[in-house]
Amino acid sequence: MIDLNLLPDGGLTWLDASGPSSHLVLSTRVRLARNLAGYRFGNRIAGRDREEVLDVVTSAARQTASLGSAMSYRIDRVEAVDRQLLHERHLISRELASPGTESGSRPASALLAQGRAAVMVNEEDHLRLQALSSGVDLEATFAAVRKVDAELGQRLAFAFHPEFGYLTSCPTNVGTGLRASVLIHLPGLVLTKEINRVLQGLTQVGLTYRGLYGEGSEVVGNFFQLSNQTTLGKSEGELLDHLGKIVQRVMGYEERARQVLLRDATSVLEDKVWRAFGLLRYARSLSFEETMNLLSGVRLGVGLALIPNVGLYTLNRLLVFTQPAHLAAASGGEMDDETLRVRRATYVRELLEGEVGRKGGT
Amino acid sequence: MKRCSQCQEREGVINLTEIKSGEVRTVWLCAKCAAEKGIQTASAASETPLGSFLAGLGDPTAIAEPATPVEAICPGCGSTFRAFKDTGRVGCAICYTSFEVLFRDLLRRLHGSTQHTGTAYLSPRETGQLPRDPPSLQALRDQLRRAIDAEQFELAAELRDRLKEQE
Repeated sequence: MIDLNLLPDGGLTWLDASGPSSHLVLSTRVRLARNLAGYRFGNRIAGRDREEVLDVVTSAARQTASLGSAMSYRIDRVEAVDRQLLHERHLISRELASPGTESGSRPASALLAQGRAAVMVNEEDHLRLQALSSGVDLEATFAAVRKVDAELGQRLAFAFHPEFGYLTSCPTNVGTGLRASVLIHLPGLVLTKEINRVLQGLTQVGLTYRGLYGEGSEVVGNFFQLSNQTTLGKSEGELLDHLGKIVQRVMGYEERARQVLLRDATSVLEDKVWRAFGLLRYARSLSFEETMNLLSGVRLGVGLALIPNVGLYTLNRLLVFTQPAHLAAASGGEMDDETLRVRRATYVRELLEGEVGRKGGT
Repeated sequence: MKRCSQCQEREGVINLTEIKSGEVRTVWLCAKCAAEKGIQTASAASETPLGSFLAGLGDPTAIAEPATPVEAICPGCGSTFRAFKDTGRVGCAICYTSFEVLFRDLLRRLHGSTQHTGTAYLSPRETGQLPRDPPSLQALRDQLRRAIDAEQFELAAELRDRLKEQE
């Protein structure tokens, strides 16, 4: 089993709820897709060339400041549960993590991670550079990934077309190769049933939304990943600026929906968030989906100051560490569903007990 | 008129390149024989996952014309635009140049533009910033061989220069 503790913060800097608007936005992620000139793209590249791509990228990364002391993991050589663990931490894509599929063990696939920056090697594209930050912080997150891009770009020849820009395996990423996404919690809009209108509006302004784990994932716990849809024709700054403005607007809608709920349905809202807290605090068996939904309720209660003495950091930790691979890792191996549910409930209870005990009665 | 090499009767409308036992062979097939061999026609191609979107690319009727862009083979990776339409993934960077007209059309539909206005990338060669630890001569020779195989002559020239410098 891999040891993520070798990463200074386990690759979880974004979890500490220190970023702007952390009560609404869990994290900001910016990724850049890059390919090396002279090698076929991920779906057609031969095994020997994959190894060479990994060698070339790794030795270039070693010479940079942003990845010079990066931890590296050979994704194709770790167990499925470890791949899942990295995925649950948003460090590798679902495609690289998915067990039992051809793409789940793409040969010579690797992750290099240092601080908030990371690079996936030999995914669909040769390089997927990414940075993750706490809260909504597009500028700083982009700056971090841009630094990696600039440093690697000085040492590696990227596939670039004078008109189309950076070339990628999927044409939806061509141009800047940039996908910026903000993981935002929108229970107010869900409860007031305004969410569909907001999501429809997003698609009209060139944005898209996904679930907790990005592409192809479902929405759980009222978390939505908002990101830019197009990557070509606008500069990185314009893409980020546009996303940032829309995110601010969505945050405004969410705050307004919460105030409406608080004003017009006070007792219903109070009951809902406290019931969620009660279940998490005392339940003996919890499914992942139920946990996410209950955490959403408690997070809403904390955001509206209805529930005192529970910190966002604790809620974020619960969000990450109650995921299946994390529970399995903490218990030393995979387990059956019922054991998993019991372990999950135990973990949640202990963490909340500690939190309430430390900060005073709730 | 090219005759169908299968039935020797009808007009050959599809230009097929086959590789058998390392030998490259170009044959012409009529629409009927092509269908019997399981070679997709324009309408069949549009039934793939990305198909409904990709079907609008280029002129669909042109697919059955001789030596059309979709049947052309990318010198970089041996892939075709049709293979891209089936998988939704591009074979290599050269594909974008090999099928430039088709990709320009696709990119315009996807992004509303084809002109990159973001960071202008300069390769290490262009900026004069070569790696501090340059790749070994053997690695450079391997890359050069691959670049020549792939007919990436610009890259090959750059690699040749770098080899000269190091030798």
